Amino acid sequence: MARNIIDKLWDEHLVKELDDGSSLLYIDRIFLHERTGSIALKGLEAAGRQVRNPEQVFCTMDHIVDTFPGRGDDTLMPGGREFITTTRAAARAAGINLFDLGDPRQGIVHVVAPEQGIACPGLTLVCPDSHTCTNGALGALAWGIGSTEAEHALVTKTLVLRKPRTMRVRFEGRLGRGVTAKDMILHLIAAHGASGGVGYAIEFAGEAVRALPMEARFTLCNMAVEFGAWTGLIAPDEETIAYVRGRPYAPDAAHWDAAVAHWRTLPSDPGARFDRELLVEAGDIAPQVSWGTSPQHSAPIDARVPDPAAEPDPQRRQLMERALEYMALEPGTRLTDIPIQAAFIGSCTNSRLSDLRRAAGILRGRRVAPGVKAIVVPGSTQVKRAAEAEGLDKLFTEAGFEWRESGCSMCFFAGGENFGFETRVVSSTNRNFENRQGPRTRTHIASPETVAASAVSGHLADPRALD
Amino acid sequence: MEKFTRLTAIAAPLRRINIDTDIIIPSREMKRVSKQGLGEGLFAGWRYREPGSREENPDFILNQEPYRRARIILAGANFGCGSSREHAVWALYEWGIRCIIAPSFGAIFRGNCVRNGILPVVLDDAVIERLAEQVMADPQRAQLTVDLETCQVIAADGEAHAFDIAPGDRRMLLEGLDAIAATLEHAEDILEFQARDRLRRPWVYLDSAETTPSASS
Ligand code: SF4
Repeated sequence: MARNIIDKLWDEHLVKELDDGSSLLYIDRIFLHERTGSIALKGLEAAGRQVRNPEQVFCTMDHIVDTFPGRGDDTLMPGGREFITTTRAAARAAGINLFDLGDPRQGIVHVVAPEQGIACPGLTLVCPDSHTCTNGALGALAWGIGSTEAEHALVTKTLVLRKPRTMRVRFEGRLGRGVTAKDMILHLIAAHGASGGVGYAIEFAGEAVRALPMEARFTLCNMAVEFGAWTGLIAPDEETIAYVRGRPYAPDAAHWDAAVAHWRTLPSDPGARFDRELLVEAGDIAPQVSWGTSPQHSAPIDARVPDPAAEPDPQRRQLMERALEYMALEPGTRLTDIPIQAAFIGSCTNSRLSDLRRAAGILRGRRVAPGVKAIVVPGSTQVKRAAEAEGLDKLFTEAGFEWRESGCSMCFFAGGENFGFETRVVSSTNRNFENRQGPRTRTHIASPETVAASAVSGHLADPRALD
Repeated sequence: MEKFTRLTAIAAPLRRINIDTDIIIPSREMKRVSKQGLGEGLFAGWRYREPGSREENPDFILNQEPYRRARIILAGANFGCGSSREHAVWALYEWGIRCIIAPSFGAIFRGNCVRNGILPVVLDDAVIERLAEQVMADPQRAQLTVDLETCQVIAADGEAHAFDIAPGDRRMLLEGLDAIAATLEHAEDILEFQARDRLRRPWVYLDSAETTPSASS
């Protein structure tokens, strides 16, 4: 029978079916970070349990660490130091791989996992972090779990799951100029709602997906969770294989050919069925920006703030009204007339080398508008060094951006650094939830190019007008 | 883990859709590496007047009688979406919530509930809306009964609504099971799987001699 890629990955990792219809699924790799991993490791310690196969478990410091140059264990977050030192001690005691502060492999967990070859095609990978689906871009089954589930995976190498329904989202045709993977996923979520993917594992497919370079594929899969999906993935192809080759934890020369041969069997068979199929015309997608407090509140940059009165669904209408109140916006305002006070480029969505290159391309020869605080945070120490080697840091700092050490930084507010009360930020991150970036901070999410264009314009701006 | 069998308690409607885990427990309220001490931060952005303050916002339903004694939440679709932080569930539990009724849940959140003794119930949006109206119409009758043995939600007027839950989740909650111990009953199968898999996909196993990750600083 024709099987889709999700069926194949599921079957390959099935240890056994349990009596109640759930499955015991084998977990290849586990990633932790200091915010939620610390508590899982401590939980195990308290229960006197051991990590099985610690060589398959990785931990990085990204969420709470400072991103100021010359950083140490101290952070602006109250109590932050405890997270870092507890994680370090627990990781060492458990014998797992730790990418500590100062380690050249340190960075945001979902940037580091592919970069180091820890995430590879065909693997199951879990992390107590919702954006673990990012790694699905390699053709892996990767999903976020809770800390207690992480303890379960650490001790047993398995998780108990019910098989999700499957969905294929095909982006057919070609993207227009200046349109990115970020715009693809925001367009999809705006069209089908932030719960449009609930209960599904999604394969992203179609001509426009196959045309995406690997780093853009991570951006696309990163936000599958904002669509409500259990996870998202993309079938491995030549682009994937070329990306993985030679990475530190990727299959070595002795196993490479066998691994690649195996990966080529993973794509969905012709005629494979999905529980649901969606089709998106890639040519219809414009650069997107969010205007509200859910990723579903996104619109083309040349549109206007929508009017809740025109929304027939009462729950959605209420949410829109509340969002506009929080965002202090009036229906009918042109999005490009909305002034911004801050710009942020970073996060596991858009902080890889190609993201920084594209943003820097827009900043070249331009300056951040007066009064705009602009910050760029590379996704990993490796990205930072590579960017510096080609002079991107200079382009950013000359344009008026702060250039930071790698980490999650102001993608989310942990009680420390933030943009400020009611500050309006254009941000390359994935969540525009209330208070996500700081108390009452107003977040507009967009691609790195749109963030750069907005930073130099002083208001939300269409990157196509500037390149 | 505490068992869940049957609960009769005040239910509080929080019917906004897409209530995410950042709202349930803002990051700034997760101050220590601990599962405890989080109840105070539950819905902090809504419960208190200002970020960081502890002055109650009287407009928020969980600050009003009788809902401040609620053990059940009547929620909107996609409840618990967003960040995987289990702190959201620990905070709900510590504050007193034992059951959440919603048309749908964030997947990670739902799993976290089951592992911590909170029952996630999926009912039709229209049914939840009716329950919410009843609960709000007469605060004296703001109680619901949730029975996990019969898989029913019973309204104050006696009307019963059946719900579905995965048998494994149901058992875990009914018996207060330790999920790790339950899985370790299959330890043999896991070992056998690993042995077979190691032959089939040797490159996945990082303990082979060829792989020597460098020491960290
Ligand atoms: S960058 Fe943001 S979304 Fe990504 S893992 Fe860090 S906090 Fe989460």
